[in-house]
Amino acid sequence: MALIEIRNIYKIYDMGAEKVHALNGVNLEIERGEYVAIMGSSGSGKSTLMNLIGCLDTPTSGVYRLNGVEVQELGDTELAGIRNKEIGFVFQTFNLLARTDALHNVELPLIYSGIPRKERRARAERALQRVGLGERMHHNPNELSGGQRQRVAIARALVNEPSLLLADEPTGNLDSNTSREIMDLFDELHQAGNTVLLVTHEPDIAEHAWRQVQLRDGKVTDDHPTSRASAANNPVETPRGASPGGEETPHGASLQ
Amino acid sequence: MILSENFRVAFSAIRANKMRSVLTTLGIIIGVAAVIAVVSIVQGLQFMMNQEFQGVGATYMFVFPDTQQGGGHGVVLARQVKLTWQDGQAIRDQVQGIKMITPVIMGAEVVKYRDRSHRPEAVSGVNEDYPEVANHTVDRGRFISRIDLQHRRKVAVVGQEVVDELNLGADPIGKEIYIGSLPVTVIGVMEERGQALGRNRDDLVFVPFDAALTLFGRAAGDQVQLQIQAASPEMVEEVKDGIQRVLRQRHHIDRGEQDDFQVVMQDEILSAVNRVLGGVTAVVGGVVSIALLVGGIGIMNIMLVSVTERTREIGVRKAVGARRQDILVQFLIEAVTLSLVGGGLGLAIGYGLGALVSAVIPGDFPPAYVPLWAVGLAFGFSAVVGIFFGIYPAGKASRLDPIDALRYE
Repeated sequence: MALIEIRNIYKIYDMGAEKVHALNGVNLEIERGEYVAIMGSSGSGKSTLMNLIGCLDTPTSGVYRLNGVEVQELGDTELAGIRNKEIGFVFQTFNLLARTDALHNVELPLIYSGIPRKERRARAERALQRVGLGERMHHNPNELSGGQRQRVAIARALVNEPSLLLADEPTGNLDSNTSREIMDLFDELHQAGNTVLLVTHEPDIAEHAWRQVQLRDGKVTDDHPTSRASAANNPVETPRGASPGGEETPHGASLQ
Repeated sequence: MILSENFRVAFSAIRANKMRSVLTTLGIIIGVAAVIAVVSIVQGLQFMMNQEFQGVGATYMFVFPDTQQGGGHGVVLARQVKLTWQDGQAIRDQVQGIKMITPVIMGAEVVKYRDRSHRPEAVSGVNEDYPEVANHTVDRGRFISRIDLQHRRKVAVVGQEVVDELNLGADPIGKEIYIGSLPVTVIGVMEERGQALGRNRDDLVFVPFDAALTLFGRAAGDQVQLQIQAASPEMVEEVKDGIQRVLRQRHHIDRGEQDDFQVVMQDEILSAVNRVLGGVTAVVGGVVSIALLVGGIGIMNIMLVSVTERTREIGVRKAVGARRQDILVQFLIEAVTLSLVGGGLGLAIGYGLGALVSAVIPGDFPPAYVPLWAVGLAFGFSAVVGIFFGIYPAGKASRLDPIDALRYE
């Protein structure tokens, strides 16, 4: 059974005079452990698709199964539960809570899962160590750099061990060096077994994925494996993007 | 979501907007402060009234000359309004149901002992019935007796305050003091009564009625007050009628003319006081309900602002799994916390006001006292206001669409 199974999904917005077909019969299957980039220009429907996959929204028609659950049938409260347990969001604008420190930001999903305080804290600390921020747990977002903020957001996405990491333009607000570091982190998370879904319009970011899905006018126009997928078959080649200069500490150790 | 997290978020939101929060809760602060201040003052008054009247009982009444009512209707030249001990004796002899009666005339005189002098709150001329009429007896020595009165003895019974001020020592009985220029012998010390209604009831000197006339002059005898104990509470009304009948006759007051004296009964005093206190409470109640209403609208307003400001936060919380009720409870608790903070501030300010008033009022107003039920009421009302006016903004927050909320700039 695929992790994500999308069958003939339509999303139609009623804008009064006209009906906008944001998604026009999308079919998509994503297996556990895949690393997929959804690409498309603005207006292609990729944001709408991401919202549906992220259970922030429900389709007008069609079937969406996540982990075997038919999401399109669910109500508000059940959707919140699925977002909490199955999905880890990473946003372009980080979307951290400003007045609380990194640790508490990471704890947030666990609070809504009703995890007791002690365990919450321990798991949040582990997640922050995993993204290389073990030293900065008690800094508020405004005391952190853009890259560090996105790491906090990634730790928050990971902390409840979701089935799917859903990243919407995760490097859109970062400079190219920091972008590379963040993408390295996604690569590592993928290698560690996470299912990663990137939504992006930047080809070089999409290159990190092993599979690219192209959307246009609410339809999938292209779906192919990338060069990384074939590279993975060749064990000699090292993963791309290992940062030169060595300013970034490797995360491999904390990944285990 | 866990409750402590909600309070944490609420307090951090309030801390982040201190000024705004305080201004928002001003209505509640004022409302609660008014309640607490008034309650503490009214409680003090009631405490004092109790102290004042608990001893004298329901059969206590007194008569005094009414210089405002007396003398007809203004056109006729006022005849002199008099109330004398002869009136009192006539009442004693002619009215059924009087157990005891004493005249009381008061004056201000300086008392001296050796090199010490002191001005007590009052020097009162009374008869031997006074201790039982006023339910205030001697602690040491004895009170003025009938024999003292008959023999026009120059004796005095003093309060403890006077003993202390004049430095009369542990055994003041038998010491000779001066009241004005009149030498008197101390024969007793009144039991301590503390302070009530702005009067120090230990700072008093009692002398035989005739001695007081000597001190204050004969004219003082035309303006006495009569203090009376009726034989039983059931007879009080009857006694009052009897007093009116006797005095009107003695004062030659025609039918249709008003009394030139007033008869006041203890329950009348208490009910008059209670009417005043009830009026005050009603007015304050009105002010408070308006203040709480305004305060509640203020809280609703600021919560709506807060929900708008924190739209993205709501979106993020929903994205990571907050359900509608989680958001609803979060903002409801924030509104309640806000109004409880207002209630707490109001409580402190109200207590301060009460203490200030009791300190500023001259005399011996009892210290401000806020009963526990008033504290509970203040916080209870604050919480109710918070819930009532917080529910709409919180509901609005909970219904936000997560996608729109996340996209909100």
